[in-house]
Amino acid sequence: MFTKLKSLLYNNEVRAILFQILAVVVIAYFAYQAFDNMMLNIEQRGIRSGFGFLNDEAGFAVNDNFFLEYSPASTNLQAFYVGIVNTLIVAITGIFFASVLGLIVGISRLSSNYLIRKMATVYIEVFRNIPILLQILFWYSMALSAFPSPKNSISFFDSIFLNSRGLYLPRPVEGVEIYLVLASFIIGVVSYIFIKRRSNKKHDDTGIETNTTPYFAGLVLLLPIAVYFASGAQLEYPVLKGFNFRGGVDLSIEFFALAFALSIYTATYIAEAIRSGIESVDNGQKEAAAAMGLTQTQSLRLVVLPQALRVAIPPIINQYLNLTKNSSLAAAVGYTELVTIFSGTVLNVVGQAIEIIILTMLVYLTISLVISLILNIFNKKMQIKGK
Amino acid sequence: MNKLLKLSAVSLIAIGSFGVQAGIFHSDTLKDVQTKGSLTCGVSTGTPGFSSPDSSGNWSGIDVDVCRAVAAATLGDAKKVKFVPLTAKERFVALSSGEIDMLSRNTTWTHTRDTSLGLTFAGVNYYDGQGFMVQKSLGVNSVKDLDGASFCIQAGTTTELNLADYFRSNKMEFKAVTYDTSAQTKGGFEAGRCDALTSDVSQLAGLRSTLKDPSSAVVLGDVISKEPLGPVVRKDDNTWLNIVRWSLNAMIEAEELGVTSATIDDASTSPGIQRLQGKSGKLNESLGLSKDWSRNIIAQVGNYGESFERNIGMSTPIQLPRGVNQLWIKGGILYAPAFR
Repeated sequence: MFTKLKSLLYNNEVRAILFQILAVVVIAYFAYQAFDNMMLNIEQRGIRSGFGFLNDEAGFAVNDNFFLEYSPASTNLQAFYVGIVNTLIVAITGIFFASVLGLIVGISRLSSNYLIRKMATVYIEVFRNIPILLQILFWYSMALSAFPSPKNSISFFDSIFLNSRGLYLPRPVEGVEIYLVLASFIIGVVSYIFIKRRSNKKHDDTGIETNTTPYFAGLVLLLPIAVYFASGAQLEYPVLKGFNFRGGVDLSIEFFALAFALSIYTATYIAEAIRSGIESVDNGQKEAAAAMGLTQTQSLRLVVLPQALRVAIPPIINQYLNLTKNSSLAAAVGYTELVTIFSGTVLNVVGQAIEIIILTMLVYLTISLVISLILNIFNKKMQIKGK
Repeated sequence: MNKLLKLSAVSLIAIGSFGVQAGIFHSDTLKDVQTKGSLTCGVSTGTPGFSSPDSSGNWSGIDVDVCRAVAAATLGDAKKVKFVPLTAKERFVALSSGEIDMLSRNTTWTHTRDTSLGLTFAGVNYYDGQGFMVQKSLGVNSVKDLDGASFCIQAGTTTELNLADYFRSNKMEFKAVTYDTSAQTKGGFEAGRCDALTSDVSQLAGLRSTLKDPSSAVVLGDVISKEPLGPVVRKDDNTWLNIVRWSLNAMIEAEELGVTSATIDDASTSPGIQRLQGKSGKLNESLGLSKDWSRNIIAQVGNYGESFERNIGMSTPIQLPRGVNQLWIKGGILYAPAFR
């Protein structure tokens, strides 16, 4: 019996598994002990623990709030939601503008025009090499001093106002009418996609090109506008009353400074990823495209970029994740996103650092994993289909 | 086989000892401080008159004087203090994690902070209230005129909550712009990001004096809250709590007895003064300190009144009147429990 056990222990396969199990047990035990130790200390120091604080009244005001219900009478949980939404909004805005700018600059880096090429290089070298926190603070103080005071706001058609405190836009008044407009917009977009797909298929099958621009203008732009006027939906305009504008939607200057700095900074990395992607495409591809009579733009759009993106997407995913995580630097300028609201004010009012930091980390982890998931799916689609 | 046995034995021992260590938790801050030879004191990142460093890095202020008093009592030398500047958001975590021995950073004594953070307030060294500073050009005379205005505030302070409470109860609207440090709130105010800056009245005076043009701003007369500011310690060490509490009380008691840093060593027949000098009584024993602990505080830091006048009194740029922070026998509410 013992010799059998001994021979089992000396079996290579068994040993490999045994050591792995042992390693997992040791790590798990240490983690458990650390957690247990922490909970014990918390209890002994008389610090409140648990997640009950989420239902307590928050008691503080939040500057940036786009569409959620929130007032100082709301709970800490609602403040948490406002923080998540604000983080997502600044991240999505940043990702959008960083991608557009990055694409343009990346292509410009390889332009045959000397001036454009050099300007792109200078832009990348300057903004890539300055710490993002400094850039955020720089753009914030620039914005504060460059834009006028609320009384001297820059006004567009008396309905949009820009001053050193933010941008004030009209807001649709809630009601059936506004949902009709929204529905017509969605219907317009869906039918346009359908038409576009059909025309693409026709082009693939027969080579006949159909111009879909009129459909786009009609369905996506004109239809919702027509429904807006026909249904009599109302807009609430911002009005200067006393110290500030009231009514409408306001985007704070802190939001702009942060979104702008994040876009400018991350675009440099995206541009470099795009450039390396384009350079990875064999020159023969471009020559072949030219030989077939494609224009430069067509060659870039139809031949070079689809192949370049295969190489560029993985590093771009990293940049999107970085941008999202960098948005937590908002605390420096007082944009009220997740870290400022939840790991800042709520943490201070409640004092339960461990619970609050864990929740905050989980949110960032979830956002990052979702972004990678979406882009990995996109990446798979872009890969060469083996036949 | 041997190797395997050894490995498991070692890891079992490691785990076992880890578990045992984790169980017992006891702190003796006084012993820690005396072993280190210095007191680690959490202060603000720069609040003129309360805790701020000069150009050569020497800290001063009435909050700093509380740290120095504790150092004088425990180490016999008021200079043996290591100051750790903390933002409002960092302060409680720094204290409960043991990074600092005590916190003396214009911190308001509230029910929640006293009961649910594992911390205890050791007393009040300044009775404050929340006030407002506005640009003179706005022509505003009262907080009631500030309906719809934007306010620059420091994140993680009671100020943030009081402001929301006040505007809610008066059914007025407001916008809050929250920054990390009080220097940033001043920056936002100067740049016109907000119409008013709100903070404790004592800080407003200090902040106003550091504006590029102090005469461009006025501090309104309204005070919307009570803010008793005082030193904080961890809850798990009662002796340490008593040391901090009675170091502060010794300063107040000395002023009441008319004893200053210049006269503390003068011979006196008053039993009260003799107790303060450590010549009679056994006030030191239960605190675990040497007999001259309170004498050292007064000799090296001075009494409360001296500290007040030196840091925030009328002869300083901050020019705060004693107001309620006057001794109870002179019409204020400053009152040290009996020193016997």
